[in-house]
Amino acid sequence: MNLSILLILPLAFSLILLFVKGQKQVRSVALTAAVAQLGLSIVLLFKFLAERAKCNSAFLFESNYTWFKQLHINYHVGVDGISVSMILLTAFVVLAGILVSWNQEKLYKEFFFLLVFLSMGAYGFFISLDVFTMFFFLEVAVIPKFLLIGIWGSGKKEYSAMKLALMLMAGSALVFVGLTGLYYNAKGAVSFDLVQLSLHPFAPAVQKMFFPFAFIGFGIFTALFPFHTWVPDGHSSAPTAASMFLAGISMKLGGYGCLRVAAYLMPDAAHYYSTIIIVLASIAILYGAFATMMQTDLKYINAYSSVSHTAFVILGIAMMTKTSINGAVMQMISHGLMTALFFAVIGMIYERTHTRQVAQLGGLLKVMPFISSVFVIVGLCSLGLPGMSGFVAEMTVFMGSWERAGTFYHVATIIAAASIVVTAVYILRAVGSAIMGPMNNNDHLQLTDAAWNEKTAAVLLLVGILVMGLAPFWLNDLINPGTEVIMQKIGMIK
Amino acid sequence: MNSYSYTPLITLLPLAGFVILGIFGRKYFNKTGGLIGTGLLLISAILSLYTAYQYFFVNGKVGDTYQTITAVKFTWLTFSQHVSIDMGIILDPISVMMLVVVTFVSLMVHIFSLGYMHGEERFATYYAFLGLFTFSMLGLVVSSNLFQIYMFWELVGVSSYLLIGYYFDRPSAVAASKKAFIVTRFADLGFLIGILVLAFYGESLDFATIIKNLSTAQSTQFVAITSASFLGISAITWGLTLVFMGGAGKSAMFPLHIWLPDAMEGPTPVSALIHAATMVVAGVYLVARLFPLFTINESALEIVRIVGVTSAVFAAVIACTQTDIKRVLAYSTMSQIGYMMFALGVSSTGGENGLGYTASMFHLFTHAFFKSLLFLGAGAVIHMVHSNDMKDMGGLRKHMPITHISFLVACLAIAGVPFFSGFFSKEEILLAAYHSSKTVYVLALLTSGLTAFYMFRLYFNIFWNKDTEVHGHHGEGTFAMKLPLILLAVLAFGAGYIPFGQFVSTDGKALESEFHLAFSVAPVALGLLGIAIAAWMYMKPNEKPQRVANAMGGLYKAAYRKFYIDEIYLFITKKIIFNLIGRPAAWIDRNIIDGLMNGIAAVTAKTSALIKGMQSGKVQNYALYFFGGVAALLIMFIYFWRP
Repeated sequence: MNLSILLILPLAFSLILLFVKGQKQVRSVALTAAVAQLGLSIVLLFKFLAERAKCNSAFLFESNYTWFKQLHINYHVGVDGISVSMILLTAFVVLAGILVSWNQEKLYKEFFFLLVFLSMGAYGFFISLDVFTMFFFLEVAVIPKFLLIGIWGSGKKEYSAMKLALMLMAGSALVFVGLTGLYYNAKGAVSFDLVQLSLHPFAPAVQKMFFPFAFIGFGIFTALFPFHTWVPDGHSSAPTAASMFLAGISMKLGGYGCLRVAAYLMPDAAHYYSTIIIVLASIAILYGAFATMMQTDLKYINAYSSVSHTAFVILGIAMMTKTSINGAVMQMISHGLMTALFFAVIGMIYERTHTRQVAQLGGLLKVMPFISSVFVIVGLCSLGLPGMSGFVAEMTVFMGSWERAGTFYHVATIIAAASIVVTAVYILRAVGSAIMGPMNNNDHLQLTDAAWNEKTAAVLLLVGILVMGLAPFWLNDLINPGTEVIMQKIGMIK
Repeated sequence: MNSYSYTPLITLLPLAGFVILGIFGRKYFNKTGGLIGTGLLLISAILSLYTAYQYFFVNGKVGDTYQTITAVKFTWLTFSQHVSIDMGIILDPISVMMLVVVTFVSLMVHIFSLGYMHGEERFATYYAFLGLFTFSMLGLVVSSNLFQIYMFWELVGVSSYLLIGYYFDRPSAVAASKKAFIVTRFADLGFLIGILVLAFYGESLDFATIIKNLSTAQSTQFVAITSASFLGISAITWGLTLVFMGGAGKSAMFPLHIWLPDAMEGPTPVSALIHAATMVVAGVYLVARLFPLFTINESALEIVRIVGVTSAVFAAVIACTQTDIKRVLAYSTMSQIGYMMFALGVSSTGGENGLGYTASMFHLFTHAFFKSLLFLGAGAVIHMVHSNDMKDMGGLRKHMPITHISFLVACLAIAGVPFFSGFFSKEEILLAAYHSSKTVYVLALLTSGLTAFYMFRLYFNIFWNKDTEVHGHHGEGTFAMKLPLILLAVLAFGAGYIPFGQFVSTDGKALESEFHLAFSVAPVALGLLGIAIAAWMYMKPNEKPQRVANAMGGLYKAAYRKFYIDEIYLFITKKIIFNLIGRPAAWIDRNIIDGLMNGIAAVTAKTSALIKGMQSGKVQNYALYFFGGVAALLIMFIYFWRP
């Protein structure tokens, strides 16, 4: 299978969008694009599984073209189980995001264009095996965010858009420094190629020098404490679909980068810095949860809880056992589906009630049973109810982290595990006052329940959450060989 | 393939009910949802009974020992070579016994609710939640894996949450549901860490393997877990105590009991099922499941014993003062579970020494019937008088004869009056306690007197005392409400005649329990005394209760206020967790950390504002910078250059 289709398809559709007129036509084209992407990624999944059964190379469907010869930049793509699962996640979120934006009226053409274009950046990022190409797609995925928030956002959108863009740009700059450092120090194999770089044993001093750049740089994308402050503002100002993309996809670019580039290429440094990363991650998990507890705006609640939840990804990577890294990847998928769905329902509630303040809502279950039930379900997923994705991912991280013998690792795991209580507090508070309880506002009695597009989006993401929660062995089988490849490199060093 | 390959159906049928009614119930089955749920559960109950028959009488034994049969098992999620979460069904005496108890009580509650919940707006949803609960509880009892039990443990917690909050527009129900979930979640954190500890040293999550690895004195795992320690306490004590913490939370043991009385906000049949007969005994079941590990660690077992006996006495004292009939029953449940818990705590393993274990399971079994009967009876009463408070009741024996008789049977059973089921199981517990620890025995005896007193206080206040005017009289309820009362009354009387020791013991062999007439004099006398006092005080309306309360002074008030435990918790959560942790965390994030980021941005902006003046476009300025730069380089060169 030629992976470039994953790029050509969204690009082609986004170009078509530019020439289509009328809201109905535009959104149909966008929907077609999203459905095609989902279909394509499912085809990719099955072809991948079939192909992997036949051969056992680390990356499949590779193709490699020289892009910029003087700097040894190649267009080198290929996938393993981890990237396939990420691509699937992206396709799910994109389709759901386009569905919930169905009634977009303001500048609809530009809006859908950016959404489709953005998805290309994400696919490109996940299939890249050349770190420079990867970096290029990372940028493609950032800049549209600035516009999405700045133009279609709400609240203090200019501030949030600027903050998000600046912080993510700073992250990119750090990543770039890290990558060039690797490029110039890969003596003999001067290259941006991930596979070639991974074969090159970098001197520990070089690794220690450039690991922080790459890790913090990618870490900013995935809300690494203390560089997470763009998350609450960015999410709360963004339009629903942008929030979904941001939390569901963009934050995963960071986690993926931390794993695939920083930890994989610089394993000595990863071990060297793991202590401090673990400390940061466990702080972020618990501290983010406590900060969430005090929020009163639904979007802030979800944004802060994302800070807490994505820190599990960081923790899993930094614990560096096979189980914990599997857990980190699972948490990326789980959090992507879950948060996207959470933002989607919050958007649905906001569209109807025009408020996101928990205190002004109440008793919504009575008037909009579907939306409310989805809210409760996704809340339960967030607090780690078995049968849903969150539980599987978090437990895998806990089990993996505990595999590291030593009081330090165990205490860090306990701190992280303590968040399950705090998460329950803030989720149940939100559910208790927004969804349950008496009606605070009688105007809400006239509200209607979800429309077909919203229902489809919710069901789509729910299916993902449930499949992962009920049959985690599929996902585990999918990503495990990829993790093993990574472990072969980073597990040797003790 | 074994002859039990149908057993997944027992658990999956209620789940099917949940899925069907949860998704389509509101639209299509809002009238018929109850019948669908009940029908599915009826099949499930019949299959459970069949399983019990097969297991106990046909093929469960090899020689004279009951075996553990793995009916189904598949790997759900692999962590590492030895450690994986398996989903399975194991059949051993306690799991088969629990299958019967859970499906039977659940069936009774399903039937009762057909009448009790009739006409509710979310009727089908109610049955969906009942199905979810039953599925989770059945999954819990048949678990073959430590993590599997944890998963179903969480699921029963969430079904309990959904059912307590069933009347979601009542703020009190919302608060109670949150409280129940969060308190038990806190306990589950301990459980989770306990699992991590045990799995880490036991190198497995499978019950059989983990028990084998950790209880064999020569094994490397055993040596590792007993020699490792943290804060001076050995790893195995940590692991077991933390697991027990989860059990104590779910079983509402002191001091994690505060959620149970509030959980009475749920519909009364739910209280009968979840908060009396099944879910709350999950903690006892968990300890019993891991009993071989507890018996090799005296410290952990001692904690079980102390917590159990404290809860038993503590709750019994509070129960004497409450006036909400459901709360009285809730405290009574807590007290009785305390009994089961300390019975495990005084037990050890093998033959006669395992009497406490058998007694605990026996009491769990009989308690399930008489306590769910009490709750259903209370439900019928509440249905009649539309109040939970015993001050609004009295003289109801004339209006509801069936409820009255069945309630009386249950009260006699729980009070330990001879020939009723509770008598037999309680006697065994007391006997086990007597052989092990005199302190525990005396406290248990005291509790049994108190139990008789508060139960008959309840009984006389509801059915005797003053006469109540019953408005809008609609009889005693439908046939659907009476049938479960009658069936449960039969069991509340007769369940004690089952020779329980024949079936359930620590080593799978039959345990002959002897009956000592002399031994039962003291508890029976105390029980009858309690009943007599209750009759003297409450049979007719009079001033005595008030006078006694006044005479007790502070003690009465403290007990009435539940010893202020709720206030202490409220102080900790509101004042400490919210104000001292949550608020500062949120503030720090907005002001300090984000302030830092904004500060960096501001500094950048200022710097650029300062230096943008340099691009003035004036050649003479540029020339100045140029020469300045050359001069600076020259100075650096002179200083740093070493030939």
